[in-house]
Amino acid sequence: MKMKSALLGAACAFAFAPAAMAERGTDGNVKVLYSQAVSIMNAYLSSGTKDVEVGSLVLEPLAGFDEVGAVYPRLVSELPSLENGGISEDQTSITWKLKEGLLWSDGTPFTADDVVFTAAYCMDPAGGCAQGAKYEGVKTVEALDPLTVKVTFTGPKPNPFNAFVGSTSPILQKAQFANCMGAAAPTCTDANFKPIGTGPFMVTDFKVNDSVELAANPNYRDPAKPAFATLSVKGGGDAASAARAVVETGEFDYAWNTQINPELQAQMISGGKGQFVSGFGTLVERIEMNLTDPSPDLAEGERATVKHPHPILSDLNVRKALSMAIDRNLLVEVGYGAAGRPTCNLVPAPAIYASPNTDCLTQDMDGAKALLDAAGWTVGADGIREKDGKKFKLLYQTSVNPVRQDFQALIKGWWNELGVDVELKSIDGGVFFGGDAGSPDTFQKFYADVEMYANNFDGTDPEPYVAQYTCDKIPSPESQWQGENINRFCDPAYDALVAELIQTRDEAKRAELVIRMNEMLTKDTYTIVPLVDRGRLSAHSNTLGGVVLNVWDSEMGNVENWFRIK
Amino acid sequence: MLTFTLRRLLFAIPTLLFISLLIFLLVDLAPGSPMSQIPLTVPPEVRLKIMEAMGANEPVMVRYVLWLKQFFVVEPLVLWVHMWGTSFSEGMQRIVSWQSRSPVMDTVVQRLPQTMTVIGTSYVLGVLIALPIGIYSAYRQYSWFDQIGTFVAMIGFSVPTFFTGLVLILVFAVNLQWFPSIYDTSLRVTDWASFVKQAKQMAMPVMVLALYNAAQISRYMRSSMLENLGADYVRTARAKGLSERIVVLKHVVRNSMIPVVTVIALGIPGIFGGAIITEQVFRVNGLGALLIGAIQGSDLPTVQTLTFIFAVLIVLFNLIADILYGLLDPRIRYD
Repeated sequence: MKMKSALLGAACAFAFAPAAMAERGTDGNVKVLYSQAVSIMNAYLSSGTKDVEVGSLVLEPLAGFDEVGAVYPRLVSELPSLENGGISEDQTSITWKLKEGLLWSDGTPFTADDVVFTAAYCMDPAGGCAQGAKYEGVKTVEALDPLTVKVTFTGPKPNPFNAFVGSTSPILQKAQFANCMGAAAPTCTDANFKPIGTGPFMVTDFKVNDSVELAANPNYRDPAKPAFATLSVKGGGDAASAARAVVETGEFDYAWNTQINPELQAQMISGGKGQFVSGFGTLVERIEMNLTDPSPDLAEGERATVKHPHPILSDLNVRKALSMAIDRNLLVEVGYGAAGRPTCNLVPAPAIYASPNTDCLTQDMDGAKALLDAAGWTVGADGIREKDGKKFKLLYQTSVNPVRQDFQALIKGWWNELGVDVELKSIDGGVFFGGDAGSPDTFQKFYADVEMYANNFDGTDPEPYVAQYTCDKIPSPESQWQGENINRFCDPAYDALVAELIQTRDEAKRAELVIRMNEMLTKDTYTIVPLVDRGRLSAHSNTLGGVVLNVWDSEMGNVENWFRIK
Repeated sequence: MLTFTLRRLLFAIPTLLFISLLIFLLVDLAPGSPMSQIPLTVPPEVRLKIMEAMGANEPVMVRYVLWLKQFFVVEPLVLWVHMWGTSFSEGMQRIVSWQSRSPVMDTVVQRLPQTMTVIGTSYVLGVLIALPIGIYSAYRQYSWFDQIGTFVAMIGFSVPTFFTGLVLILVFAVNLQWFPSIYDTSLRVTDWASFVKQAKQMAMPVMVLALYNAAQISRYMRSSMLENLGADYVRTARAKGLSERIVVLKHVVRNSMIPVVTVIALGIPGIFGGAIITEQVFRVNGLGALLIGAIQGSDLPTVQTLTFIFAVLIVLFNLIADILYGLLDPRIRYD
C-alpha cells in the first residue's frame, strides 16, 4: 500500500512538474518556420505580415487584440473607456496609463516619451511609414507625466483603438531610434534589424531574408515567462514544404500560413508529428463585378470608366444569376478544407458586424437559368445566351495561384452550364496587385468583366473597409487608376450611410449600419459576390503547447505562453 | 601577354557599362511592382508615401545614374573605409534594398560564405568525380563502364535539379530521416558534433549539384580524350615503347585538359551566382536564394546589383580562361 501511494505521489509530481517548474528559459529552443523570409523587424518600414508578426516577438503595442478580436491591455494598466475617463466624453481624446516599472530589454525604463516618439516617427511625412493609416486622424500625442500618454484626435473618433493598438502599431524605443526620423529611417540598419523591445524575446542575430535568432528577454515583465530560452525563425521556401517540416518530419515546431489543399493536409497528418490549426478573420475570397464596360473597342481613357455602363452586368438579375450558379460548398471542399467556409458576406466578422444572410449558400442552377430567361437572355443556337444580338461572354481574371485557377475552372463550368461563354485569364500577382498605372492588367484598372481576389481589413473596425465603396473612390484615369472602389459602385444612399457611420458612436447602431451596407453590396445588388471566408491555417508540432491561433493580431501574439509538452 | 590582358581589361569597361544599362532597363521594364508586396489594407495615400520614400517613383534615367554613382563611387568608398578605417563615405547614400531597407552589399557579403561552401564544394566534388570518369570512359570506349557513365551523365544532364532535390528530400529526409530537409544557417562549426551536423545538412544540396556538374564536365573530358587518343603523337609515343600508363596520363590527359580547364574556369562565375533553384529547395541562404527572393518581391536595387556583379564575374572569368589557355598551350600566343 505504501509503495502504491508513493508511486502515485511520484506520478502526480511528474504530472504537475511542467506547471510547477514554469520558469523563464527552461524549455530550451523553439523553431519557427515562415515560408516567406523576414526582411526587417520594424513594422513601420514594412507592411508585410511576416515582418510585422516576427517583429511582434520583440516590439509590443500598448494594447493588442485577442483571439476573439477584443482589445486587451499589454503595456497599460487598464484599457481606457468612457467609464474610467480614459476616453473623453466627446470622444476626441484617449488617455493611456502605462504599467509601472516596465523595462526595455536593455534595462532602461519604458516611459511615455517613447510612446510620443513612436507617433512622431511614423507621422513624419518623409519617412514613408508603412503603418500611416494607424495614425490617421491623430492631432497630437503628448506625455502628461512619465506614465500617462494623451492622444488627441482631429475630431470625434468612435473607435480610438487604432494608434498603439495591435502588432502593426508597436512602440519603438526613443533612445534607439532618435536619429532615424523621416528620410533617415532606412539608414538605421542595426536598429531596424535588432530593435530593443519590451516583448518576451530579443534579437541576438538577424540574417536578411533568411533567419532570425532570438533569446528570452531578461527584463520581461512576467518573471516566469517565456518558457523557451531561445527562439529561431527560419524563412523561405513554400507552404507545402513548410507544412511537411512540421507535420511530417518534425524538424520544426511551428509553421506559419501553411495554406495547402485538403488532400495534402490529410496525407501529411499521417506523419503523426504535428497538427494543423485554423482561425477565421475577415479575409474573403470574392468575385467582383465590373459595372463599367471594359471593352477594348472603347478609347483608352474611356475604357472601364463610369462613362460607359457595362452592357451585360449592369442588370441586377444577371449578376444575381451568376452568383446563384456557384456551389460555394464545393469550392471550399476543393480549395481550403478546414481553413475555409462558404460565406455570402463582405464583412464576415466580428460577429456583431456580420449579416445573418445565408441566401447564396445553396446552388440554384434552375433559378439562375429562369432569372436569365426573364431578363431577356435566351439560349442561342450555339448554346450561348444572347440578347438583342449580343452574346453573353465574360472575361474572368485573377492572379496566378493554384487554388484560384481551380476556382476559375469550376466556376467557368457552372457558368457554361448557364449558357455563358467564359474566357479565363490569370495574371502574375506582382502585376495584378502591383498598381502600376501603365499596366493594363492591374486589378484596379479592371479591364475584364469579372475578377477574383481576396481582401480583408486591419483590426476589428470595418469602417474604413466599407467606406471604400463611395462614388469618389472609383479608380479612373484621372486618379492614375488609384482607388479602392474596384467595382465602380456608386449609390448616393450608400455614400449617405458612410457619412452617417463616421458620425455614429453607439456600437449597436454602428453594427446595424455596417450590416446594412454589407447587404447593399452583396445580397441587394450582387456587386460583390463573396465566395469563401478564408481562415488562417498554420501547423504546430505535437510537442508545442500553448498555441492559440490569433487572426486579429500577430499570429504569435501569445508566444510568451508557449511551452514544451514533455 | 601583359598588353593583351590590359587591352582586354580596358575593353571590358564599355562592355560592362553597356551591360549595366541593359540590365537596368530590362529589370525596370519587367512587369511587377514593389507595391504588390504591400497588403491591400494599406490605403492608397500611404502606399504613395512608401513608394516616394523608397525613391521608386523617380524616372528611370535618374535612378540609373544614381545607381551608377552608388555602385562605382559610394560602395568602393565604403569598402575602403571598412578596410582602412577612414571616414570618406559618411552620409553617402548606399544601394539600399527595397525589401529590407538595408545596404544590398552587406547582404551580399553575409550570403557569400554559404554560397561558396555549398555550391563551391559541389563544384569541386563534381570536377573530382568527373575527371577520372571522363578519362577512363574514353580510354575504354563502349565498355560497360563507359555505358554506365554515359547513362548517369545523361540523367544528371536531363533531370532538373528541382526534381532531384525533391526526390532526395523525400528519400533521405522524410522516409529515412538521415539528413535535415532545411539548411540551418545559424549553425556554427565549433567542434566535431557541429561539423557532422554541417556535413549532414550540406549532403543533399551538394549531391544534387555535384551530379549535375559532374555530368557536364565528364562529357567534355571524355570527348576531349577521345580526340587526342587517336592523334598521331599518341601512336608515336606508343611506338617509342612508352608504357600505357605514361602514354595516357602524361601525354593524352595533359593535352585533353586544355579545353576542359577552360570549361571549368567558365563555370566558376556560376558558383557565385549560386544555384537558384537548389538553394530555394533546401533553403540555403546563398546569393541565388537572395536573387530569387528579390525578383519575387520586385526589389529592383537588389536584382540590378546582383545581376551586374554576376556580369562582372562572367567577363572576368572569360578573360582568366583565355589567359589560362595561353599558359597551358604553348601553341597559343596572343602577342
